[in-house]
Amino acid sequence: MSAIVSGAQPLPSAGDAVRAQKVERLTHVDTIDAVNTLVSGPLLDRRRWRRWWIAMIVASLLTVLFFGSMIYLFAKGIGIFGNNSIVVWGYPIANYVWWIGIGNAGTLISSMLLLTHQHWRAAINRLAEAMTLMAVAIAGLMPIMHMGRPLYFYWLAPYPNTMALWPQWRSALIWDFWAILSYLLFSIIFWYTGLIPDLATLRDRAITPGKRIFYGALALGWRNSARHWHIYQTYYRTMAALATPLVCSVHSIVGLDFAASLMPGWQETIFPPYFVVGAMYSGFAMVVVLCAGVRWGLDLEALITTRHFEIMAKVMLMAGTVMFLSYATEWFSAWYSGRGVDRRFLSFEFTGAYAPLYWIMIFCNCIAVQAFWFRSARRSLPAIIIISILINIGMWLERILIVWNTLSHHYIASMWRLFYPTLWDWFVLFGSLGFFAFLYLLFARFFPVVSMHEVKELVQREATS
Amino acid sequence: MTAVLLAEFGGEERLVDAIGKLREERIQIVDAFTPYPVEGLGAALGASPFPVRAAMLVGGLGTAGLCWFIEWYSATIAFPFDSGSRPHNSWPVFPLFPFEFGVLMAGVFGLAALLWSTGLPGLNHPFFEARLSARASQDRFVLAVAMPETPDMALRLRDRLIGLGADTVEEAEL
Repeated sequence: MSAIVSGAQPLPSAGDAVRAQKVERLTHVDTIDAVNTLVSGPLLDRRRWRRWWIAMIVASLLTVLFFGSMIYLFAKGIGIFGNNSIVVWGYPIANYVWWIGIGNAGTLISSMLLLTHQHWRAAINRLAEAMTLMAVAIAGLMPIMHMGRPLYFYWLAPYPNTMALWPQWRSALIWDFWAILSYLLFSIIFWYTGLIPDLATLRDRAITPGKRIFYGALALGWRNSARHWHIYQTYYRTMAALATPLVCSVHSIVGLDFAASLMPGWQETIFPPYFVVGAMYSGFAMVVVLCAGVRWGLDLEALITTRHFEIMAKVMLMAGTVMFLSYATEWFSAWYSGRGVDRRFLSFEFTGAYAPLYWIMIFCNCIAVQAFWFRSARRSLPAIIIISILINIGMWLERILIVWNTLSHHYIASMWRLFYPTLWDWFVLFGSLGFFAFLYLLFARFFPVVSMHEVKELVQREATS
Repeated sequence: MTAVLLAEFGGEERLVDAIGKLREERIQIVDAFTPYPVEGLGAALGASPFPVRAAMLVGGLGTAGLCWFIEWYSATIAFPFDSGSRPHNSWPVFPLFPFEFGVLMAGVFGLAALLWSTGLPGLNHPFFEARLSARASQDRFVLAVAMPETPDMALRLRDRLIGLGADTVEEAEL
């Protein structure tokens, strides 16, 4: 039974808002319908996606390169990489640490900003959470690619087997397996839960049956009931509270992969917190790049504003300064320890075969970001994007140099050997970037990139105040 | 199913005001539907997140306990492997796996409790038959009040809702 018995306003059809937005481009958001129009409009409109297709073609080619390299790797073995009998960890492990760092930042940004009541997060948290999913999924592939016998990776899980073998719980690699698996699945749940109300909005605004079914099924029948919101918010906030220590533990465990060893340059207690800060740093830099791309591609200047970039620049400045302090602490500890091996290692970092890369890393991670002390740099989008890209390059260099410097400079001189990357190393690195872009483009095409219900609440609150 | 009158309001304040006044008049509020969470409204309507909290606590701690037991059993009884003379029951490193997996399972149990508490997934709810349902997810605030027993009382309630600022009133079932 359903009948309108009284009405002062006509009910617009589902597609009215979509059609209306084609007429004018919104530059300012002051009503909650403007939020709906800005975010859901591109998803429900078929004619806006030329830029997306161009990006998708490039990303697809790199994705083919990534999986092609993976197939070749599985057929030929890890001899196709530059790894040798001394530098046994190479690009896949550096890529893994880099990607997991980026992946950690998404949920960390989202959960920490939620718990600290930073309402501006509403514009970027969905972008950051999606980045987490894709980055962690790619990170999880890297150790498998690095394994000599990747088909046995599931031996890391405890299950009754005819060999009567169990995992070695005292190994940092086992901790890694559980950390990545738990974090990936947790992040998927956190991301999807946050998405449910917005999927319901898309369901109700969709003008084609296909989209209505697609978004309707994913929305699980969400009705925006006040009772449901109350339970939902309790769950979502509890998840955020759990996510923060989980994220910190995950990247701390990645740090322990190195710190739990006895190698010079690795055996340092500073590694777990230093890795967590590094993850936040590279993750924020990646979020800035993604925000800039999505903002430009989907015309979201009214939602993702210069103010957002300015705040993120300040966070990067803080993280970059902490990174500088962490490097300085490492250098001081190596010198102050008085151990010959540590001092030799320190000297190798600054003057050895990889020294040019080390200096570039210091410039990218510590020096370039200092530009954000100046307001003009923080408010210049090109400057923020360039510095963010430099930070991402610098953080990747940090990861590869952690591997190379230590393994190339063992305790005994007879084991000093350098790493020379092969074409396949580069294919996997750039291929993984392409696969990340591929997944991200799919996300941007089918899901709201901004959390509509949170921005609506924010807009309403600002309008009321 | 419950017969209700759905009243559509243009803003959060008007909805909250209307609920307050209708309660004073002892009119039964069945539910409210809002495009974003309105602070305190769900609790005022009697929703309780206790099952979600309890499920997360029990699921998380239970899983963590089980994980710790698996570690202890496999390292000391099933496969007591000597790794650098470290003790089989290396409890200082055991919390990592239970913590990671326990947090994950707290999330999984919480999600299950959320779905159970809200009756989701429910793709075919009678609320979707109402024309106002589509606006509740977008930009309007919809209030559901119990339908009075007689047509006269229903008419008076409809007028009262419009008097409280409702833009549209619709009969529906929930």
